[in-house]
Amino acid sequence: MIKELQTIFAGFGGQGILFAGKVMAYCGLLEGRQLSWLPSYGPEMRGGTANCSVCLSEEAIGSPLVVHPDALVVMNRPSLEKFENSVVPGGVIILDSTMVDASVTRTDVTVYRVPASELADQQGLRGLANMILLGALYKVRQFCSLEHLEEGLKKCIPARKAHLAEGNAKALKLGYSLV
Amino acid sequence: MAEKILMKGNEALGEAAIRAGCLHFFGYPITPQTELAAYMAKKMPKVGGTYLQAESEIAAINMVLGASAAGVRAMTSSSSPGISLKGEGISYMAGSDLPGLIINVQRGGPGLGGIQPSQADYWQATRGGGHGDYHILVLAPSTVQEMVDLVSLAFDLAETYRMPAMLLADGMLGQMMEPVSFENVPEPRRVEKPWAANGHENRRPHNVINSLYLSPQTLEDLVVERYQRYQKVQETEQRAEMYRTEDAELVVVAYGASARIAHSAVMQAREEGLKVGLVRPITLWPFPEKALKETLKTAKAYLSVEMSMGQMIDDVRLAIDCRKPVALCSRTGGMIPTPDEVLGKIHAMMGGEA
Repeated sequence: MIKELQTIFAGFGGQGILFAGKVMAYCGLLEGRQLSWLPSYGPEMRGGTANCSVCLSEEAIGSPLVVHPDALVVMNRPSLEKFENSVVPGGVIILDSTMVDASVTRTDVTVYRVPASELADQQGLRGLANMILLGALYKVRQFCSLEHLEEGLKKCIPARKAHLAEGNAKALKLGYSLV
Repeated sequence: MAEKILMKGNEALGEAAIRAGCLHFFGYPITPQTELAAYMAKKMPKVGGTYLQAESEIAAINMVLGASAAGVRAMTSSSSPGISLKGEGISYMAGSDLPGLIINVQRGGPGLGGIQPSQADYWQATRGGGHGDYHILVLAPSTVQEMVDLVSLAFDLAETYRMPAMLLADGMLGQMMEPVSFENVPEPRRVEKPWAANGHENRRPHNVINSLYLSPQTLEDLVVERYQRYQKVQETEQRAEMYRTEDAELVVVAYGASARIAHSAVMQAREEGLKVGLVRPITLWPFPEKALKETLKTAKAYLSVEMSMGQMIDDVRLAIDCRKPVALCSRTGGMIPTPDEVLGKIHAMMGGEA
């Protein structure tokens, strides 16, 4: 299992970028890690680009702002352009290939192109491309136990939205099975 | 072990205040602090408290003045430009010897500035922020858990010394989520308030809360008495965290969000064998002079890391009586320094590889 992981989730506001990061953060909490979650804030929340930094560690977190991510989850092209060069050599980039038509120029990172938005539409999981990508990330960077992954997701879904839990869990599993 | 939950700093501040017995919140929205007011709007009605969105920041601070005068725990929160507006009310509270909590989730300035994290209100906070001879207590958390812990301390100290307290955070701390527990929040200190202007059914002479004294002698006497209290605060309430300062030749000084970044850089420097330590002021007023003086035994130089053009650096110089050089590592305007930048400065100062 991975104990130290710095991740950036990035895309448009409304794609569930902050939520995907929050699920990961809760998984870290259940796993007993030190962690931080830091969103971009302000106009981003109203339809601009949005991103968040998630740090999982055995040690106290210094800066919660991830500058050199081990993993980058990208849901639009501007975010790929913004963050591609910041990924550490040997890191991973997981991108929604439905949304990002550009290719990654880096050769020292592993790239997973997942047609997450298209799959979500096909499978009746509209709006859950974020969870498909998180599932894919989990497959290649196992940041918690499978049990805690499921539990972490549940913690993030408020009671009044309980009916959405099943779809989210299905999307996570779908992403996990793809890469 | 206490169960931990994830909360944004802003929301944790709100919950901590309610648990510290503060049932009166007066605010006005501003990024990056708005989640705190939103949390209070949601929670206060459920706990029988008051949430009131005032017509302006000036109105909000004066409502805090009024509620504090009645002897209850009251607070307001804002971000930099809003805190400037509250300056008048804070001065009036200090001049009326009233407690109360003001939270500043700082953003870049001057003017409307920006909405990203900043520490450029250090001077404003530690010098009182309004007109006249006075101080307020200033506490600077560096984690979400510490935001919780310092809220209750701020109320306790404010009531003990009858002076306003400010919790100086920033947009990063306000917006980030970290695990937090409320189980170890101490019970509010019980401070008698015989001065409070509350209902008493004519059982005693009525109390007057006022900051207007037209007789210069009366006013001087009051201010001097207040400064005796401030001196006691300076003697007994300094707080700082020391990290690897015991043999440090270079002492980094940083508070709040900057301290987290500086801590990473100091850890890295130690791994490289460099004798570097960190002093993290938790109280900015009173500034932890004793902790700084302690480090003079081994320190050859100091480095102040701030998200401002260099404000706390003045207090570092004063604390060590200018006996060693003090350098600055600074970003401002909403930019956040990286551990690499701080480490680069450490290397440059210690003559190692840059």
